[in-house]
Amino acid sequence: MGPALLFLIFFLVYPTLNTIYLSFLDAKSEGFVGIENYVYAFTSDEMLTAFKNNLIWLILFTGCTVLFGLIIAVLVDRVRYEPFAKAVIFLPQAISFVGAGVIWRFVYDYRPQLGLLNMLLSIFPNLKAVGWLVNPDTATFALIIVAIWMWAGFAMTILSAALKNVPAEILEAARIDGANEWQTFWWVTVPMISSTIAVVTTTMVINVLKVFDVVYVMTAGRYKTNVVANQMYKELYINHQHGRASAIAVILLAALVPAMMINIRRFREQEAIR
Amino acid sequence: MIRKISKALSRFPLHLAVIAIALAWMTPSVGLLVSSFRTPQAIKSTGWWTVFKTPFDFTQWTLENYATVITTSGLDRAFRNSLIISIPATILPILIASFAAYALAWMKFRGRQTLFVIVVSLLVVPLQMTLVPVYSMYTRMGITGTFWAVWAAHIGYGLPFSIYLLRNFFGALPSDLFESAFLDGASHLTAFFRLALPLSVPSLASLAIFQFLWVWNDLLVALIYLGGTDPVAPLTVKVANLVNSLGAEWHLLPAAAFISMILPLIVFLSLQRYFVRGILAGSVKG
Repeated sequence: MGPALLFLIFFLVYPTLNTIYLSFLDAKSEGFVGIENYVYAFTSDEMLTAFKNNLIWLILFTGCTVLFGLIIAVLVDRVRYEPFAKAVIFLPQAISFVGAGVIWRFVYDYRPQLGLLNMLLSIFPNLKAVGWLVNPDTATFALIIVAIWMWAGFAMTILSAALKNVPAEILEAARIDGANEWQTFWWVTVPMISSTIAVVTTTMVINVLKVFDVVYVMTAGRYKTNVVANQMYKELYINHQHGRASAIAVILLAALVPAMMINIRRFREQEAIR
Repeated sequence: MIRKISKALSRFPLHLAVIAIALAWMTPSVGLLVSSFRTPQAIKSTGWWTVFKTPFDFTQWTLENYATVITTSGLDRAFRNSLIISIPATILPILIASFAAYALAWMKFRGRQTLFVIVVSLLVVPLQMTLVPVYSMYTRMGITGTFWAVWAAHIGYGLPFSIYLLRNFFGALPSDLFESAFLDGASHLTAFFRLALPLSVPSLASLAIFQFLWVWNDLLVALIYLGGTDPVAPLTVKVANLVNSLGAEWHLLPAAAFISMILPLIVFLSLQRYFVRGILAGSVKG
């Protein structure tokens, strides 16, 4: 336990407390500036864009990953080549965001002879090529799709295991009582796996609030795709504004506290059964 | 007979949907793989899908891009750096975490529950929260830009999840096993090395895969504590730099990206079973 505690304190506990303290100091962590950094964090244009984008990420990424994960899990459950289909969808989990960024550059490329999406658009004579990653209207969505591509497999794996745990007799009973496939799914299966859906959703929310790599690699926050974690990196490493960077980190942590509470509560429930 | 056919027909939309999803998921990666073996002129002028018109025209395939990125862009060194970082950063946290997880699962001491609640809370703390203090601490110690900096950081960041997962695994081992061992006079050290560890090999394997993939694919930690300089940069940093700096040479990107993915993909494909097991233990129960 000793060495573990040492590392936890050195790398997580102490830095967390220290960051909270630093967030009230100036750029060089010397003078006390009160809540100035927080005022900046909640009023600057870049941060407001970042907040808006994180909100879009939160809703779209979380919703789509869980939904696709569930749909795919239900579909592949009914075919014989399930392991193969699952491996294909799960595979992006092994790829770094950097690698995924390169992969998707070739999908989003503006030139129709290179970008797959624009090639598909060019089949229709009256549609013009779109600069998916440089057009502020599409860029954030383009990034979210990459992240969904990477994480839907994770959601699928967990939900699929939960689906297989639903007793067949219960489903059979519902069908005998005259429920069709859809009703069985919606009124029997979904309620039975609801706690798993909650776990997956919490995990995705935690992921999405921290999202950094995919934005950093693909657009570096340009074209109105900035997110909170990327802005924090910029303040720390490019602008050398340690106070502002710390304040942004504290805001990030504050946003994660509800997820932390949910995890602790679930842990206590699980311990009570043990 | 007719019923059989109609049943097959009614399942047709299902197969179509599954195959369409699988294809959609594979296409981006296949595109990159195909591109990485094409000649520079071909990459720049036509889409990768055109190769399927003449797949057996071997003049369009080349290993040139791989040779170039390895010899001139320094991908070989980045690959070695990634290995140097990943191997200790996978083994050490698991070793340290397994001691802690054993203590949390089988040793009775005051504050045990509280400690574990703290570990569970730390699971959620964003890395960003620790960057400024650890970075300035490293600067004072003069170890920014060294492998020591990233090894230590990965141990710290990897511990909460490792402890959490291993405690769940250790805690699920049958308790009479441990009780009878203690009755026979076994110490905690013996119980740890002779019971807990050997019984948890598959669990340790699944955790090792997680930690390895996380470290190998990490960009943020390497970027902050190592900086972007070539002698120490791992593959993720190197490829991210290439993305921004290649300019006219961008036809090299697919090959570079695949070199960075090859090891995780091999690990993943050969040990997928353990990986899935880890995911399930880490989230469904948690």
